Amino acid sequence: MTTLAVVSAGLGRPSSTRLLADRLAESAARALGGDVAVETVELRDHAHAMVDATLTGFPSGGFRAAVQAVTGADGLIAVTPVFNGSYSGLFKTFFDAIERGDLEGRPVLLGATGGTARHSLAIDFALRPLFAYLRANAMPTGVFAASEDWGSGDTALPDRIARAGAELAAAIDGRPAAAKADPYDEPVPFEDLLTDR
Amino acid sequence: MQFGIFTVGDVTTDPTTGRTPSEAERIKAMVAIALKAEEAGLDVFATGEHHNPPFVPSSPTTMLGYIAARTERLILSTATTLITTNDPVKIAEDFAMLQHLAGGRVDLMMGRGNTGPVYPWFGKDIRDGIPLAIENYHLLHRLWREDVVNWEGEYRTPLQSFTSTPRPLDGAPPFVWHGSIRSPEIAEQAAYYGDGFFANHIFWPTDHFQRLIGLYRRRYEHYGHGSADQAIVGLGGQVFMRKNSQDAVREFRPYFDNAPVYGHGPSLEDFTRETPLTVGSPQQVIDRTLTFRDHFGDYQRQLFLMDHAGLPLKTVLEQIDMLGEEVVPVLRKEFEALRPAHVPATAPTHASLVAAKENAVKENAAEENAGVAR
Repeated sequence: MTTLAVVSAGLGRPSSTRLLADRLAESAARALGGDVAVETVELRDHAHAMVDATLTGFPSGGFRAAVQAVTGADGLIAVTPVFNGSYSGLFKTFFDAIERGDLEGRPVLLGATGGTARHSLAIDFALRPLFAYLRANAMPTGVFAASEDWGSGDTALPDRIARAGAELAAAIDGRPAAAKADPYDEPVPFEDLLTDR
Repeated sequence: MQFGIFTVGDVTTDPTTGRTPSEAERIKAMVAIALKAEEAGLDVFATGEHHNPPFVPSSPTTMLGYIAARTERLILSTATTLITTNDPVKIAEDFAMLQHLAGGRVDLMMGRGNTGPVYPWFGKDIRDGIPLAIENYHLLHRLWREDVVNWEGEYRTPLQSFTSTPRPLDGAPPFVWHGSIRSPEIAEQAAYYGDGFFANHIFWPTDHFQRLIGLYRRRYEHYGHGSADQAIVGLGGQVFMRKNSQDAVREFRPYFDNAPVYGHGPSLEDFTRETPLTVGSPQQVIDRTLTFRDHFGDYQRQLFLMDHAGLPLKTVLEQIDMLGEEVVPVLRKEFEALRPAHVPATAPTHASLVAAKENAVKENAAEENAGVAR
């Protein structure tokens, strides 16, 4: 079974960010075919716990489960509204709770929403550097949806969603099942730590 | 089981009065807390080491030496001694000297520290944290066990024909703990040497520390020091007590809400659920502390954080009295009744280390004699 994690940083209910996230998940699942489990994390549900984690250094309760769902999935879809020219603070706070290396090599599909298409480059100028730092494998196609896209008759948005979903599916298919060594299960033997000196 | 107090030595404004103690007051308060720990029948006082405000304990052996002179049986320890930025030669000397003065009541805990700039202030690089801990401790370990050391490493001047003085009291180096919140390498290090492992699990969830302690126990057995359940484990705890639990919660909440580290974040209720913090009646503290054994197995040392977040000294001393009168006697009995005979009751003491050393010498002699007879 393939697992897809979806992170949506939308604040409204309903939220166009969530709308886009669901469409991207559907597109990727269709392209993957077979058995796909989608786990969606609405960051708003974890808002308090996320700030707590920033202060205490550990994610607690349901937020911990959400982080584990994201770091343990085969692929990730991350969608944020654009606020003041960048991803929202909530979105960044979530990814600040991700341990370095936990998304390494992971196929990630980036999405963003905004009032007008003038914000669309936030994906490439704000989200991409963040996921580059996390050493995730961001798909070449990012999907931006402006308000007007939801009422548009042309196929530009659906086409982008389909292309991006296909890219994510191909990256997941082409990626060997990640089995990162667990340092608590298999520690580096002390003799090696000592002779590295 | 050994019970005690550990302190970070923070100077924090009391949020209920707005009053901030001076450094002088805080240092004297730490001493008063140590003396109270002995008076209340606790076994251990451990001080942190910090090199930046708002913390006062930059010189642990100075403080512990003074406390040693004013106590009779209290074990004097650290929580932690910075193995990364201190010169291991100076640690060897300072603690050997302290052990002589304290008549064998000293052990110590290695840690890497948690303040980034301390590394550059002491001429080190934080990215070398783990390698520094490994190399420096390896040298410290040798300095206490070999009279003359020739040594060359990456992080300090080489040594030729160096003898660290004074030599350890009775030829038995102080027992060492390694403290870590998250590094499997440090659990591995503690296991390799057969040293103790201390999990200060006061800020983080239990399941994380189960993995870390599980790793330490497994590797302790792997390195041939005994079975996994015989490994020497210490745990942190944090409590605030009043006779009625509602009173404890009411009194402690402003300190919790404004505390360094977690203040203005999780609620007292959330933090109590997620970490070992217990705010309530002495019986609640007893019940909660007993669960530590369920989570981590029989262990040898329990230290409580009692004096941070601006709590006034008078309150802290009352807390230690309650700990000594109502909590620890029950815990001693309960833990002892549950402990299998083959599991050590306490961490090694100076007396037990000296006895073990003498036994080893006798056994060697007996083996040699047997060899001659053959």
